[in-house]
Amino acid sequence: MNRRQRLWVLLLGLAGVAALLVAAAFRLPTFGSDFHPYGDRAVHEALARHTANAIAAVNFDQRAFDTLGEESILFGAVLGTVVLLRQARDEHQVTPAPARVAAPVRRYALVLLPVTLVTGLYIVAHGQLTPGGGFQGGVVAATALHLLYIAVDYRALERIRPLGLFEVGDAVGEAAYLITGAAGLLAGTAYLTNALPLGTLDSLASGGTVPLLNAAIGMEVACAVVVLLARFLDQAVEIEEEGDRS
Amino acid sequence: MMDVLPYLVAAWIFLVGCYGLATSRNLIHAVGCLAVCQAATYVLLLSVGYRHSGTAPVFADLTPHTRPVVDPVVQALALTDVVVGATVTALLLALVIQVAKRHHTLDPDELSELRG
Repeated sequence: MNRRQRLWVLLLGLAGVAALLVAAAFRLPTFGSDFHPYGDRAVHEALARHTANAIAAVNFDQRAFDTLGEESILFGAVLGTVVLLRQARDEHQVTPAPARVAAPVRRYALVLLPVTLVTGLYIVAHGQLTPGGGFQGGVVAATALHLLYIAVDYRALERIRPLGLFEVGDAVGEAAYLITGAAGLLAGTAYLTNALPLGTLDSLASGGTVPLLNAAIGMEVACAVVVLLARFLDQAVEIEEEGDRS
Repeated sequence: MMDVLPYLVAAWIFLVGCYGLATSRNLIHAVGCLAVCQAATYVLLLSVGYRHSGTAPVFADLTPHTRPVVDPVVQALALTDVVVGATVTALLLALVIQVAKRHHTLDPDELSELRG
Protein backbone atom coordinates (compact mmCIF):
# COMPACT_ATOMS: atom_id res chain seq x y z
CA MET A 1 0.00 0.00 0.00
CA ASN A 2 1.49 3.33 -0.96
CA ARG A 3 1.36 6.57 1.03
CA ARG A 4 -1.67 7.92 -0.81
CA GLN A 5 -3.82 4.85 -0.17
CA ARG A 6 -2.75 4.78 3.45
CA LEU A 7 -3.82 8.40 3.81
CA TRP A 8 -7.29 7.56 2.49
CA VAL A 9 -7.68 4.66 4.91
CA LEU A 10 -6.55 6.96 7.72
CA LEU A 11 -9.02 9.70 6.76
CA LEU A 12 -11.84 7.15 6.60
CA GLY A 13 -10.98 5.91 10.07
CA LEU A 14 -10.63 9.40 11.50
CA ALA A 15 -14.01 10.39 10.03
CA GLY A 16 -15.59 7.39 11.73
CA VAL A 17 -13.98 8.16 15.08
CA ALA A 18 -14.94 11.84 14.70
CA ALA A 19 -18.59 10.89 14.11
CA LEU A 20 -18.60 8.68 17.21
CA LEU A 21 -16.92 11.35 19.35
CA VAL A 22 -19.38 14.05 18.24
CA ALA A 23 -22.32 11.72 18.93
CA ALA A 24 -20.86 11.00 22.37
CA ALA A 25 -20.26 14.71 23.10
CA PHE A 26 -24.01 15.39 22.82
CA ARG A 27 -24.75 12.67 25.37
CA LEU A 28 -22.26 13.91 27.97
CA PRO A 29 -23.47 15.97 30.97
CA THR A 30 -23.98 19.58 29.91
CA PHE A 31 -20.81 21.68 30.15
CA GLY A 32 -20.76 23.79 33.33
CA SER A 33 -23.81 22.09 34.87
CA ASP A 34 -24.37 22.07 38.60
CA PHE A 35 -24.53 18.28 38.85
CA HIS A 36 -21.18 16.97 40.19
CA PRO A 37 -21.99 14.22 42.70
CA TYR A 38 -18.40 12.94 42.95
CA GLY A 39 -16.95 16.43 43.13
CA ASP A 40 -19.31 17.47 45.93
CA ARG A 41 -18.48 14.37 47.95
CA ALA A 42 -14.75 14.79 47.36
CA VAL A 43 -14.86 18.42 48.55
CA HIS A 44 -16.89 17.37 51.60
CA GLU A 45 -14.36 14.64 52.45
CA ALA A 46 -11.39 16.99 51.90
CA LEU A 47 -12.83 19.51 54.35
CA ALA A 48 -13.62 16.73 56.82
CA ARG A 49 -9.91 15.75 56.69
CA HIS A 50 -8.80 19.38 57.12
CA THR A 51 -7.05 19.47 53.73
CA ALA A 52 -7.52 22.91 52.16
CA ASN A 53 -6.40 21.80 48.69
CA ALA A 54 -9.18 19.43 47.66
CA ILE A 55 -7.14 18.14 44.71
CA ALA A 56 -4.32 17.07 47.03
CA ALA A 57 -6.93 15.41 49.25
CA VAL A 58 -8.21 13.40 46.28
CA ASN A 59 -4.70 12.45 45.15
CA PHE A 60 -3.05 11.67 48.47
CA ASP A 61 -5.96 10.67 50.69
CA GLN A 62 -9.02 9.42 48.86
CA ARG A 63 -7.11 8.01 45.88
CA ALA A 64 -3.75 7.53 47.62
CA PHE A 65 -3.49 3.96 46.34
CA ASP A 66 -3.89 5.13 42.74
CA THR A 67 -1.14 7.67 43.30
CA LEU A 68 1.08 4.82 44.47
CA GLY A 69 0.48 3.23 41.07
CA GLU A 70 1.20 6.52 39.32
CA GLU A 71 4.41 6.94 41.29
CA SER A 72 5.44 3.41 40.36
CA ILE A 73 4.84 4.18 36.69
CA LEU A 74 7.25 7.09 37.03
CA PHE A 75 9.74 4.87 38.86
CA GLY A 76 9.48 2.18 36.17
CA ALA A 77 9.81 4.68 33.35
CA VAL A 78 12.97 6.15 34.88
CA LEU A 79 14.38 2.65 35.29
CA GLY A 80 13.54 1.89 31.65
CA THR A 81 15.19 5.09 30.44
CA VAL A 82 18.33 4.40 32.48
CA VAL A 83 18.56 0.94 30.91
CA LEU A 84 17.87 2.21 27.38
CA LEU A 85 20.30 5.11 27.53
CA ARG A 86 23.27 3.33 29.09
CA GLN A 87 26.65 3.55 27.46
CA ALA A 88 26.86 0.79 24.87
CA ARG A 89 29.94 -1.33 24.22
CA ASP A 90 30.82 0.50 21.01
CA GLU A 91 30.63 3.91 22.61
CA HIS A 92 33.07 5.86 24.71
CA GLN A 93 32.85 8.78 27.05
CA VAL A 94 34.43 12.13 26.26
CA THR A 95 35.07 14.89 28.76
CA PRO A 96 32.85 17.84 27.87
CA ALA A 97 34.81 20.94 26.99
CA PRO A 98 34.25 24.03 29.13
CA ALA A 99 32.14 26.56 27.30
CA ARG A 100 32.08 30.35 27.43
CA VAL A 101 28.84 31.71 28.84
CA ALA A 102 27.69 35.28 28.25
CA ALA A 103 27.88 37.26 31.49
CA PRO A 104 24.17 38.25 31.64
CA VAL A 105 23.11 34.63 31.14
CA ARG A 106 25.47 33.53 33.90
CA ARG A 107 24.22 36.18 36.32
CA TYR A 108 20.59 35.44 35.51
CA ALA A 109 20.94 31.69 36.03
CA LEU A 110 23.01 31.97 39.21
CA VAL A 111 20.53 34.41 40.79
CA LEU A 112 17.59 32.28 39.75
CA LEU A 113 19.06 28.97 40.95
CA PRO A 114 18.44 29.43 44.71
CA VAL A 115 15.12 31.17 44.05
CA THR A 116 13.90 28.26 41.92
CA LEU A 117 15.12 25.69 44.43
CA VAL A 118 13.29 27.40 47.32
CA THR A 119 10.17 27.81 45.18
CA GLY A 120 10.21 24.09 44.42
CA LEU A 121 10.54 23.15 48.08
CA TYR A 122 7.81 25.68 48.98
CA ILE A 123 5.44 24.14 46.45
CA VAL A 124 6.11 20.65 47.86
CA ALA A 125 5.65 21.79 51.47
CA HIS A 126 2.39 23.66 50.78
CA GLY A 127 0.83 20.96 48.63
CA GLN A 128 -1.97 20.37 51.15
CA LEU A 129 -2.87 24.10 51.26
CA THR A 130 -2.38 25.72 47.86
CA PRO A 131 -2.20 24.44 44.29
CA GLY A 132 0.94 22.36 43.85
CA GLY A 133 2.37 19.36 45.64
CA GLY A 134 5.07 16.77 45.29
CA PHE A 135 4.82 16.26 41.54
CA GLN A 136 4.87 19.94 40.62
CA GLY A 137 7.38 21.05 43.25
CA GLY A 138 9.69 18.14 42.50
CA VAL A 139 9.95 19.14 38.86
CA VAL A 140 10.64 22.78 39.81
CA ALA A 141 13.37 21.78 42.29
CA ALA A 142 15.02 19.48 39.74
CA THR A 143 14.95 22.28 37.15
CA ALA A 144 16.81 24.54 39.59
CA LEU A 145 19.91 22.30 39.53
CA HIS A 146 20.01 22.42 35.76
CA LEU A 147 20.29 26.20 35.79
CA LEU A 148 23.90 25.51 36.72
CA TYR A 149 24.36 23.86 33.31
CA ILE A 150 23.11 27.08 31.70
CA ALA A 151 25.14 29.35 33.98
CA VAL A 152 28.48 27.52 33.95
CA ASP A 153 28.88 24.27 32.00
CA TYR A 154 28.20 20.56 32.11
CA ARG A 155 31.12 19.72 34.38
CA ALA A 156 29.83 22.15 37.03
CA LEU A 157 26.46 20.42 36.89
CA GLU A 158 28.12 17.02 37.27
CA ARG A 159 29.96 18.16 40.38
CA ILE A 160 26.77 19.05 42.27
CA ARG A 161 24.90 16.07 40.88
CA PRO A 162 26.24 12.77 42.23
CA LEU A 163 24.01 10.56 40.10
CA GLY A 164 24.26 7.51 42.36
CA LEU A 165 22.89 9.54 45.26
CA PHE A 166 19.95 10.75 43.17
CA GLU A 167 19.19 7.20 42.03
CA VAL A 168 19.09 6.16 45.69
CA GLY A 169 16.91 9.22 46.43
CA ASP A 170 14.46 8.11 43.77
CA ALA A 171 14.12 4.70 45.41
CA VAL A 172 13.94 6.21 48.92
CA GLY A 173 11.08 8.48 47.82
CA GLU A 174 9.16 5.50 46.47
CA ALA A 175 9.90 3.51 49.66
CA ALA A 176 8.84 6.42 51.90
CA TYR A 177 5.45 6.43 50.20
CA LEU A 178 5.05 2.68 50.74
CA ILE A 179 6.08 2.93 54.40
CA THR A 180 3.83 5.93 55.11
CA GLY A 181 1.01 3.82 53.72
CA ALA A 182 1.85 1.12 56.21
CA ALA A 183 1.20 3.63 59.03
CA GLY A 184 -2.49 3.03 58.32
CA LEU A 185 -1.99 -0.69 58.96
CA LEU A 186 -0.29 0.03 62.31
CA ALA A 187 -3.25 2.23 63.29
CA GLY A 188 -5.49 -0.77 62.67
CA THR A 189 -7.15 0.43 59.45
CA ALA A 190 -6.56 -0.17 55.76
CA TYR A 191 -3.34 0.47 53.83
CA LEU A 192 -2.75 4.16 52.99
CA THR A 193 -5.63 5.31 55.21
CA ASN A 194 -5.11 8.82 56.53
CA ALA A 195 -4.56 7.79 60.16
CA LEU A 196 -2.45 10.68 61.49
CA PRO A 197 -3.84 13.64 63.52
CA LEU A 198 -5.53 15.99 61.07
CA GLY A 199 -4.44 19.39 62.47
CA THR A 200 -6.27 22.65 61.78
CA LEU A 201 -7.58 23.47 58.32
CA ASP A 202 -5.32 25.93 56.50
CA SER A 203 -2.22 25.44 58.65
CA LEU A 204 1.04 23.89 57.44
CA ALA A 205 0.60 20.83 59.69
CA SER A 206 -2.82 19.78 58.43
CA GLY A 207 -4.20 16.96 56.37
CA GLY A 208 -2.66 14.04 58.28
CA THR A 209 -0.54 11.94 55.93
CA VAL A 210 -1.07 14.26 52.93
CA PRO A 211 2.04 16.44 53.56
CA LEU A 212 4.17 13.35 54.26
CA LEU A 213 3.08 11.65 51.05
CA ASN A 214 3.65 14.93 49.20
CA ALA A 215 7.19 15.10 50.56
CA ALA A 216 7.87 11.49 49.53
CA ILE A 217 6.54 12.18 46.02
CA GLY A 218 8.48 15.45 45.84
CA MET A 219 11.71 13.65 46.64
CA GLU A 220 11.04 10.90 44.14
CA VAL A 221 10.02 13.25 41.34
CA ALA A 222 12.96 15.62 41.88
CA CYS A 223 15.45 12.73 41.86
CA ALA A 224 13.70 11.05 38.92
CA VAL A 225 13.82 14.20 36.79
CA VAL A 226 17.50 14.74 37.63
CA VAL A 227 18.34 11.13 36.69
CA LEU A 228 16.25 11.29 33.50
CA LEU A 229 17.79 14.56 32.32
CA ALA A 230 21.26 13.32 33.23
CA ARG A 231 20.80 10.29 30.95
CA PHE A 232 19.57 12.43 28.07
CA LEU A 233 22.28 15.06 28.59
CA ASP A 234 24.98 12.36 28.77
CA GLN A 235 23.84 11.14 25.37
CA ALA A 236 24.09 14.63 23.95
CA VAL A 237 27.27 15.81 25.65
CA GLU A 238 29.43 12.92 26.81
CA ILE A 239 28.77 9.68 24.96
CA GLU A 240 30.11 9.29 21.44
CA GLU A 241 30.09 6.44 19.00
CA GLU A 242 33.39 4.79 18.18
CA GLY A 243 34.03 5.25 14.46
CA ASP A 244 31.14 4.92 12.06
CA ARG A 245 29.37 1.63 12.53
CA SER A 246 27.03 0.42 9.81
CA MET B 1 -23.76 24.80 21.01
CA MET B 2 -21.69 26.28 23.83
CA ASP B 3 -22.78 23.30 25.92
CA VAL B 4 -20.78 20.84 23.83
CA LEU B 5 -18.07 23.07 22.37
CA PRO B 6 -15.35 22.09 24.94
CA TYR B 7 -16.01 18.40 24.26
CA LEU B 8 -15.78 19.00 20.52
CA VAL B 9 -12.51 20.89 21.01
CA ALA B 10 -11.15 17.88 22.90
CA ALA B 11 -12.26 15.55 20.08
CA TRP B 12 -10.65 17.84 17.50
CA ILE B 13 -7.31 17.95 19.38
CA PHE B 14 -7.36 14.15 19.64
CA LEU B 15 -8.07 13.67 15.93
CA VAL B 16 -5.40 16.19 14.90
CA GLY B 17 -2.90 14.34 17.08
CA CYS B 18 -3.88 11.00 15.53
CA TYR B 19 -3.53 12.43 12.03
CA GLY B 20 -0.06 13.75 12.83
CA LEU B 21 0.93 10.45 14.44
CA ALA B 22 -0.13 8.41 11.41
CA THR B 23 1.39 10.67 8.76
CA SER B 24 4.56 11.47 10.69
CA ARG B 25 7.90 11.09 8.88
CA ASN B 26 10.03 11.70 11.93
CA LEU B 27 9.89 9.75 15.19
CA ILE B 28 10.50 12.81 17.38
CA HIS B 29 7.59 14.52 15.63
CA ALA B 30 5.50 11.38 16.26
CA VAL B 31 6.25 11.53 20.00
CA GLY B 32 5.11 15.17 19.94
CA CYS B 33 1.88 14.13 18.19
CA LEU B 34 1.24 11.55 20.90
CA ALA B 35 1.56 14.35 23.46
CA VAL B 36 -1.04 16.32 21.45
CA CYS B 37 -3.42 13.31 21.60
CA GLN B 38 -2.91 13.22 25.33
CA ALA B 39 -3.58 16.95 25.65
CA ALA B 40 -7.10 16.20 24.37
CA THR B 41 -7.75 14.20 27.53
CA TYR B 42 -6.78 17.18 29.71
CA VAL B 43 -9.31 19.38 27.89
CA LEU B 44 -11.97 16.65 28.15
CA LEU B 45 -11.37 16.02 31.86
CA LEU B 46 -11.36 19.68 32.83
CA SER B 47 -14.50 20.41 30.80
CA VAL B 48 -16.33 17.50 32.42
CA GLY B 49 -15.50 18.96 35.83
CA TYR B 50 -16.36 22.58 35.09
CA ARG B 51 -19.23 24.27 36.90
CA HIS B 52 -20.55 27.71 35.85
CA SER B 53 -18.96 30.54 37.88
CA GLY B 54 -17.04 27.90 39.84
CA THR B 55 -13.60 28.57 41.25
CA ALA B 56 -10.64 26.31 42.11
CA PRO B 57 -11.40 23.78 44.88
CA VAL B 58 -8.67 25.20 47.11
CA PHE B 59 -9.82 26.53 50.47
CA ALA B 60 -6.63 28.31 51.51
CA ASP B 61 -8.22 31.69 50.80
CA LEU B 62 -11.84 30.68 50.32
CA THR B 63 -14.43 30.05 53.00
CA PRO B 64 -16.11 26.71 52.30
CA HIS B 65 -19.68 26.78 50.93
CA THR B 66 -19.52 30.45 49.93
CA ARG B 67 -18.87 29.85 46.22
CA PRO B 68 -19.39 26.93 43.88
CA VAL B 69 -16.14 25.07 43.16
CA VAL B 70 -15.24 22.94 40.16
CA ASP B 71 -14.89 19.15 40.45
CA PRO B 72 -11.56 18.23 42.17
CA VAL B 73 -11.77 14.58 41.09
CA VAL B 74 -11.16 15.28 37.41
CA GLN B 75 -8.46 17.81 38.26
CA ALA B 76 -6.62 15.12 40.21
CA LEU B 77 -7.07 12.80 37.22
CA ALA B 78 -5.63 15.47 34.94
CA LEU B 79 -2.57 15.65 37.21
CA THR B 80 -2.15 11.87 36.95
CA ASP B 81 -2.54 12.24 33.21
CA VAL B 82 0.21 14.87 32.98
CA VAL B 83 2.62 12.73 35.03
CA VAL B 84 2.00 9.60 33.00
CA GLY B 85 2.27 11.63 29.79
CA ALA B 86 5.64 13.02 30.81
CA THR B 87 7.03 9.59 31.70
CA VAL B 88 5.75 8.05 28.47
CA THR B 89 7.35 10.87 26.47
CA ALA B 90 10.67 10.37 28.26
CA LEU B 91 10.65 6.62 27.63
CA LEU B 92 9.67 7.03 23.97
CA LEU B 93 12.38 9.64 23.37
CA ALA B 94 14.92 7.23 24.90
CA LEU B 95 13.71 4.58 22.43
CA VAL B 96 14.00 7.09 19.58
CA ILE B 97 17.63 7.75 20.53
CA GLN B 98 18.32 4.00 20.37
CA VAL B 99 16.54 3.68 17.00
CA ALA B 100 18.56 6.58 15.62
CA LYS B 101 21.80 4.95 16.82
CA ARG B 102 21.08 1.47 15.46
CA HIS B 103 19.35 2.34 12.19
CA HIS B 104 20.73 5.83 11.46
CA THR B 105 17.30 7.10 10.51
CA LEU B 106 14.28 8.68 12.19
CA ASP B 107 11.80 8.04 9.38
CA PRO B 108 9.34 5.32 10.50
CA ASP B 109 8.81 4.29 6.86
CA GLU B 110 12.46 3.24 6.60
CA LEU B 111 12.22 1.04 9.68
CA SER B 112 10.27 -1.72 7.96
CA GLU B 113 12.92 -4.45 7.95
CA LEU B 114 14.02 -6.48 10.93
CA ARG B 115 17.63 -6.28 11.97
CA GLY B 116 19.40 -8.59 14.37
